[in-house]
Amino acid sequence: MDFSRVYDVLVLGGGNAGLCAAITAREAGASVAIVETAPKSMRGGNSRHTRNMRTMHVGPAAPMTDAYPEDEYWDDLLKVTGGLTDEGLARRAIRDTAEHLPWMIRHGVRFQAPLGGTLHLSRTNAFFLGGGKALVNAYYACGEKLGIEVSYETEVTDLELRDGRFASATVMHQGVEHRVAAKCVVVACGGFESNLAWLREAWGPPADNFIVRGTPYNMGRVLKVLLEKGAKQVSDATQGHCVAIDARSPKFDGGIVTRVDAVSLGIVVNREGQRFYDEGEDFWPKRYAIWGRLVAGQPEQIAYAIIDAKSMGKFMPPVFPPVRAQTLAELAGAFKLDGSALARTVAQFNASVRPGTFDHTVLDDCATSGIDPPKTHWARAIDTPPFFGYPLRPGITFTYLGVAIDERTRMLMANGVTAQNVFAAGEIMAGNVLGKGYLAGIGMAIGTTFGRIAGAEAARFAGT
Amino acid sequence: MPGRDAPQLAGLIEEAQRVLAICNACRYCEGYCAVFPALERRLAFDEADVHYLANLCHNCGSCLYACQYAPPHEFQLNFPRVLAQVRKVTYRKYAWPAFLGAAFERSALIAAIATVAGIALLFTLMVGDSSRLFAAYSDAQGAFYALMPHGVMAGLFGVVFLFVLASLAMSFARFWSDTGERVAEFVAPPALSGATWDAAGLRYLDGGGDGCTYPDEKPSFARRRFHHFTFYGFMLCFAATAVGTIYHYVFGIRAPYPFWSLPVILGSLGGLGLIVGPVGMLWLRHVRDPDLGDRTQTGMDVAFIALLLLTAVTGLALLALRETRGMGVALAIHLGAVLALFVTLPYGKFVHALYRFAALVRFHIERRRPLPETGTD
Repeated sequence: MDFSRVYDVLVLGGGNAGLCAAITAREAGASVAIVETAPKSMRGGNSRHTRNMRTMHVGPAAPMTDAYPEDEYWDDLLKVTGGLTDEGLARRAIRDTAEHLPWMIRHGVRFQAPLGGTLHLSRTNAFFLGGGKALVNAYYACGEKLGIEVSYETEVTDLELRDGRFASATVMHQGVEHRVAAKCVVVACGGFESNLAWLREAWGPPADNFIVRGTPYNMGRVLKVLLEKGAKQVSDATQGHCVAIDARSPKFDGGIVTRVDAVSLGIVVNREGQRFYDEGEDFWPKRYAIWGRLVAGQPEQIAYAIIDAKSMGKFMPPVFPPVRAQTLAELAGAFKLDGSALARTVAQFNASVRPGTFDHTVLDDCATSGIDPPKTHWARAIDTPPFFGYPLRPGITFTYLGVAIDERTRMLMANGVTAQNVFAAGEIMAGNVLGKGYLAGIGMAIGTTFGRIAGAEAARFAGT
Repeated sequence: MPGRDAPQLAGLIEEAQRVLAICNACRYCEGYCAVFPALERRLAFDEADVHYLANLCHNCGSCLYACQYAPPHEFQLNFPRVLAQVRKVTYRKYAWPAFLGAAFERSALIAAIATVAGIALLFTLMVGDSSRLFAAYSDAQGAFYALMPHGVMAGLFGVVFLFVLASLAMSFARFWSDTGERVAEFVAPPALSGATWDAAGLRYLDGGGDGCTYPDEKPSFARRRFHHFTFYGFMLCFAATAVGTIYHYVFGIRAPYPFWSLPVILGSLGGLGLIVGPVGMLWLRHVRDPDLGDRTQTGMDVAFIALLLLTAVTGLALLALRETRGMGVALAIHLGAVLALFVTLPYGKFVHALYRFAALVRFHIERRRPLPETGTD
């Protein structure tokens, strides 16, 4: 891109939301440039790691089956957020997904049947062929054809923003600072989950034990600048999409393969060898998003999922092999747990298991009684060697702290002013819809909906 | 030799197992081809599984560009490259006779030697006296056979052809036996026809619909088309030879055949295909993203394609020159090239077709079996 040129629309961040905004604005006639922090090979923010979009539909809509009406979608969102959501924006995000698939296909995205092992999402989520990186590649290829300019390895360090009006962005590219002016800006550069210092500020020392499951490039620099310059904040710095992942995962960027789906089949104990939550409360895909916070609340932010031979092979294969032991004492030793504490916990658990008919595909009647916390489904005694264990840590995918927006994605200032030429889309505003909790595939729904709106509004503002 | 390669081989199988475990936990590429659904049926991958999956891969490249774990990610996952590396090990491992497996490391050199030796042999067989070699013969004089008696030509190529068939059959039998499937399952019609259909149309060179990302990240059907030219060109040439053989032995009609005869038409069309296809394949290979495929296999790939091309070009040249004084030389070069092509078939890139097809049949056999329970997320 030409740093000296005044573009109609400057898009900060080249993930799904930024790309949707850029393409929409460009097709409306605006000149558009995207500034992306990552190198080309790592472009796309957390969109690289996504695999589907939760999509409303009133009848079968390939690749999805049956129907997923607005009210059901809304109810699902209400449940996970506990009401911490802006109904107007949330319903807008939900309704617009009904129109996204044809638009996405027109811009090169391809869909596929639900992946093996994800049939439970076949009705609600549309899977991208090849996953999120393929989607990102398709949008970049489309952008290139449309004449959208992209500058990789370019970090935004400051914004000129007075009284809610954007004038220019300061960027660093190859060690040189540039001031880039534009008629308006779309901020679509994610949360701050890669910024370990900021996570520590929010969480205290426990943050040091968090693993960042998402991109290493979301330092939250633009978010910080916006909040400092008077943007109205939504959600708080401790909220985010945080799941329990394998403790052996890389510090950053581990993505989907770091998951451990064994939790609901066994028990989970902490450093002290104690259970701390109902492992069988609901199907794992409906619960995985609370376990990150649960583990974060345990001593040293670590936990261990333990199963026996009966459950091996009954869940999606994790990328890291389990620790395997012939006895519980040996397993405790491998994890440096107190062997007698673990033995006691397992003995109590086993004694509390009531007879039932085990069926992992339904909420079965295998439950415990007289134990706290209970295990309400899929409770079977841990008694058949070999035993297997997976160490768990909190894995942050993205943070919810963000800027407030109106229905046209215009950023709201804390003083009540609406920023006329600053539009926000994607994770940086996801907190408007997601106050807490997470619903699989809603991140891409938020990014696509508000990205497209932001692009259209930005082009309109620029007078094209 | 096998002893010295063993540690490297074990490392490669281990690397393939590491990569397969990542792919099995991710599954995003499931819609691209047969490899991913096949690997998802497994929780662990033994050596036979690794060979099977590697040969099921058509190296279309789509999964590399879609991969969130591709370099520079710390997982350093280049799935198509690892599978390509394994394929070379497959070719070596199942070669028959086994000691000729080493030929896969020196394909270009061996192809060159075979070509020179083949041509030299043909010249030797033809040059009774050099004035005859450089004479012109009309078709009525029996052109080719004036230089080389039919019996000698048919005998030489018949022996080579039978050896090639035997070698390929042995390789296939050993590969198939290691998969653990029975031969009866291979020949059962549903799987065999499914695999034939997939192979004939190169179904898995489509990147899931828009074309594969070969030679670069832009989806394209170029590779599938050039491969079709090559394959069907080869088959037409083969058909031309087969028809000629029938003419000769069944109807007593002797070559050279007129320009508008079936063998010449089939051979000419095939020859054109075998020029367009290989030239395209060589070009794609030359411009392809260096991240695709295994760099140590350039010699193997190029040697096979170049021999196909040489066979086609000399065949068409022979057709053009067959009533001139240049015919003798053209015939010796063409037959020498054909001989080199056939002799090296079991020890060069050609064998990809053998193992790919076997893997496709196995894929169709497995597809009809119930999905093993490997859980859900």
